[in-house]
Amino acid sequence: MKAGAALRKEGDAGDCWRGFRPGDWQTSINVRDFIARNVTSYAGGEDFLAGPSQRTKAVWAKLQPYFADERKKGVLAVDAKSPSTLLAHNAGYIDRDNEIVVGLQTDQPFKRAIFPFGGLRMVEAGLKAAGFEPDPAVHETFTKYRRSHNDGVFDAYTPEIMNCRRSGIITGLPDAYGRGRIIGDYRRVALYGVDRLLEAKREERAQINDMWPTDEIIRLREELSEQMRALEDLASMAKLYDHDISKPAVNAQEAFQWTYFAYLGAIKEANGAAMSIGRISSFLDIYIERDLKAGALDEARAQELWDQLVQKLRIVRFLRTPDYDALFSGDPYWATECVGGMDLDGRTLVTKSSYRMLHTLYNLGPAPEPNITVLWSSHMPAPFKRYCVKVSRDTSSLQYENDDLMRPFWGDDYGIACCVSAMRLGKQMQFFGARVNFAKALLYAINGGRDEVSGDQVAPRTMPVVGDFLDYDDVMAKFDTTMEWLARTYVHAMNCIHYMHDKYFYERLEMALHDRDILRTMAFGIAGLSVVADSLSAIKYGKMRVTRDATGLIVDYQNEGNQSTPQFGNNDDRVDQIASSMVTSFMEKIRKHPTYRNATHTQSVLTITSNVVYGKATGNTPDGRRKGEPFGPGANPMHGRDSHGWLASCLSVAKLPYKDSLDGISYTVSVAPQKTHLSDSQLLDEAVKAFDVYFDRGGFHMNLNVIDKETLEDAIRNPDKYPQLTIRVSGYAVNFVRLTPEQQRDVISRTFHGQI
Amino acid sequence: MSTVKALEPGSRHDLRVGISPDAPDENTIKDEVGSFGYCHSYETSSRYDGPGLRLVLFVSGCLLRCTYCHNPDTWHLKDGTYVSVDHVLRRIGDFAPSIQALGGGLTISGGEPMVQLAFTRRILAGAKSMGLHTAIQTSGFLGDRADESYLSEIDLVLLDIKSSDPETYRRTTARDLAPTLRFAERLASLSKPVWVRFTLVPGETDDAANVDGIARFVAPMKNVQWVEVQPFHQMGSFKWKALGLEYKLENTQPPSRELVNRVIEQFRAAGCQAR
Repeated sequence: MKAGAALRKEGDAGDCWRGFRPGDWQTSINVRDFIARNVTSYAGGEDFLAGPSQRTKAVWAKLQPYFADERKKGVLAVDAKSPSTLLAHNAGYIDRDNEIVVGLQTDQPFKRAIFPFGGLRMVEAGLKAAGFEPDPAVHETFTKYRRSHNDGVFDAYTPEIMNCRRSGIITGLPDAYGRGRIIGDYRRVALYGVDRLLEAKREERAQINDMWPTDEIIRLREELSEQMRALEDLASMAKLYDHDISKPAVNAQEAFQWTYFAYLGAIKEANGAAMSIGRISSFLDIYIERDLKAGALDEARAQELWDQLVQKLRIVRFLRTPDYDALFSGDPYWATECVGGMDLDGRTLVTKSSYRMLHTLYNLGPAPEPNITVLWSSHMPAPFKRYCVKVSRDTSSLQYENDDLMRPFWGDDYGIACCVSAMRLGKQMQFFGARVNFAKALLYAINGGRDEVSGDQVAPRTMPVVGDFLDYDDVMAKFDTTMEWLARTYVHAMNCIHYMHDKYFYERLEMALHDRDILRTMAFGIAGLSVVADSLSAIKYGKMRVTRDATGLIVDYQNEGNQSTPQFGNNDDRVDQIASSMVTSFMEKIRKHPTYRNATHTQSVLTITSNVVYGKATGNTPDGRRKGEPFGPGANPMHGRDSHGWLASCLSVAKLPYKDSLDGISYTVSVAPQKTHLSDSQLLDEAVKAFDVYFDRGGFHMNLNVIDKETLEDAIRNPDKYPQLTIRVSGYAVNFVRLTPEQQRDVISRTFHGQI
Repeated sequence: MSTVKALEPGSRHDLRVGISPDAPDENTIKDEVGSFGYCHSYETSSRYDGPGLRLVLFVSGCLLRCTYCHNPDTWHLKDGTYVSVDHVLRRIGDFAPSIQALGGGLTISGGEPMVQLAFTRRILAGAKSMGLHTAIQTSGFLGDRADESYLSEIDLVLLDIKSSDPETYRRTTARDLAPTLRFAERLASLSKPVWVRFTLVPGETDDAANVDGIARFVAPMKNVQWVEVQPFHQMGSFKWKALGLEYKLENTQPPSRELVNRVIEQFRAAGCQAR
């Protein structure tokens, strides 16, 4: 967006921007241009890194009792009286003398806030589950005077959608809490200061004054006004902490603080499932480099800024409900930060601060948040690749995504929302849509639309399978029909949700840190892909006899063929192509239906930890999976079926078409140390090569755990011994000891491969 | 090879019990053309069976009956699945570009690759034409069957020398030692790269004189790049049980670190490059 002359105020910003290479970023809001012109790529190794400072250690020590208490008690404190806003709480500190980056969600660490604008029921259920009393005044306000997003959505839902929700074929929809998956471009506050951002917004608003007031324009005007109010409130919030953020940051310290304030504002205003921070390391590195050159900062202080920012990101907490925790356990909120990658000119975006960010995992120990995501490019400097793999080996806290695959779609200034959803920062947002239970859909097709567990007619009545055996062409035709219905119902539900979310729970601050005219995607998802692929393969290559219950419902399957059937995860095209074609087929059906605000349809193959819940709600499947057994997470092969080594497994997953799952394809790999003659150092080199191969073959995502089962089993028995044991599940990392027992068992039952 | 924890149906560790009770008899093997053969399973991600990442193809059929064998489910030819060489090569081809990028190759193990000489020859030749590095893991017992052209398809031989003492060899494998030593000498005369593998079984092969005998035999051979000491493990014991075989090493413990180091040092002292 070009904001024109109004933005040009050289006198103002001149000092703040001293030493920066000029460019388009000075006359329009364009962080990408600022980075491209000023970033200092770094191709060296990790030897420059510094340990934690005294101040960092002091703050960290203050937080330890909270962590320990939380492991025992769960939610430590909640302010049940004040619905969270930018200004609902006074300034809060952990250790004021030692904090160099300040700001808490409420006035005390680990005190959670409530977000009734998303839905009062969720707030009250969360309070009760945590042993706190709902506040009568809040209750009255949100029942008598103010409607919530949740109320709105349920007014718009149809009986059919309600049935789908109840049966679990569509689950996890953000209809009762914040949708998340929106990344404000928090860097803008540091680079431009709030005043200039306000000016740009005023300009954007003025441009549409003459436009005819259609629904769309009226909504946009209101949103822009809300955005401006949010920016003003953000400045007031910073004032509570004695900071004036109306002008650009003048040094690294301020750049960190300003950026964090912007992010803090976002998490005070929205409790989305995923609240990514974006791609800040190489941006903030520019400020660090400037200060280092001027002698105003040394390496120890630079690392201290990162460590202390990361400390803040590790204590973000939202009040959730037990149902929510069953889906996503361990208090994740996906403060996803992207490091690495390449720019469009072929230079690497790896900077010293990419290292510093990763190094926090040593200075503070392993942890799930921030959800550090390496944007892997085969062109990145070799020492950085090696360092990443080393950090993975030591902490199991990183995930990797294919920059070479995403860059052609999203450019070189995208971030990852949540686990795997790429979006251009400040120029794109998504309407998050959880996922459908794809395996259940297949069973509906077989049973004429009846639910295989309850026997209820959920999908429209269609012809069920007749006869004693399944026929591949017959099942495929029926599945096609079911998918058509499911896609239509799913888009329908999503339109209702996001209409109401915009109306009642609009993310005014996050959207203030976007351009006015953005790309919206509507992100659909599927769970249980490998179950479906293996089931269809069993039907095609086996001889599947069905078993019916007294009501005629098909409830079990027996392969009477004398051959084992191909299974996803072994680089076997016979079944891998079934998996790929199902992804494409469902995407095509989704695309048929118009979306709210003309959002672009996308899709993910991602479950997070919900593969356990989905499996629990799903009957026997033709692939031999028993009723209630978990699905493979994300796009993973089913546990234990990828029996020919990690290479075969990851080559299968790499075949899934990104163009038809632009919201990401999640793949989690666990490797256990194995017999080898290679030294540790050689193993790192080999692992780097393995990453290059997987990503060069089109792999999208890699969640890497380096751990053996024995350690995990010991952690279940002795949780206190492993307070920081971190493990990657589908798309995020979690404290292993904070997973539910079912999820812990699921993680242990996954395939462990030998050394990469 | 990966560690084996459980018997999962359909996995490569799924035992094909009872398909054929007959051990192949040396004289009845008809493998002149080799367009079909018996394969037990394959594994794509070994870092142990040759340089780089190895695709390991386990073929069935072996004439030895080693007391510590961890793949007794590959002894009988028909323990494997009867497949065409085209099918095998197509599967290898699915992995070839990745394996190549990882500096690896194909290792045929088993079983004993030279039981199905014509079949494995065609597989090795096919893999070579894909640009893959090739290796076989062999006891050398059938080494006399391998002619020059067979060996020319192989870049590396992983040669098991289980003992230097004919008596110990017979006790451990139920076969003669001489063919293996003959094969080793022939490989040396051809300068064919070899990794000698010695399985260290406490109470069975750990005798110092036995180890010294192998070390002295191997040390002068310039073609031997490594002598690898493989500590005995119990990971294959479940297979013996499942197959209803008498497992003599049930109570044998894996060798101690000290013992392994002693043996490695013995090899080194004789001038071998050992690990």
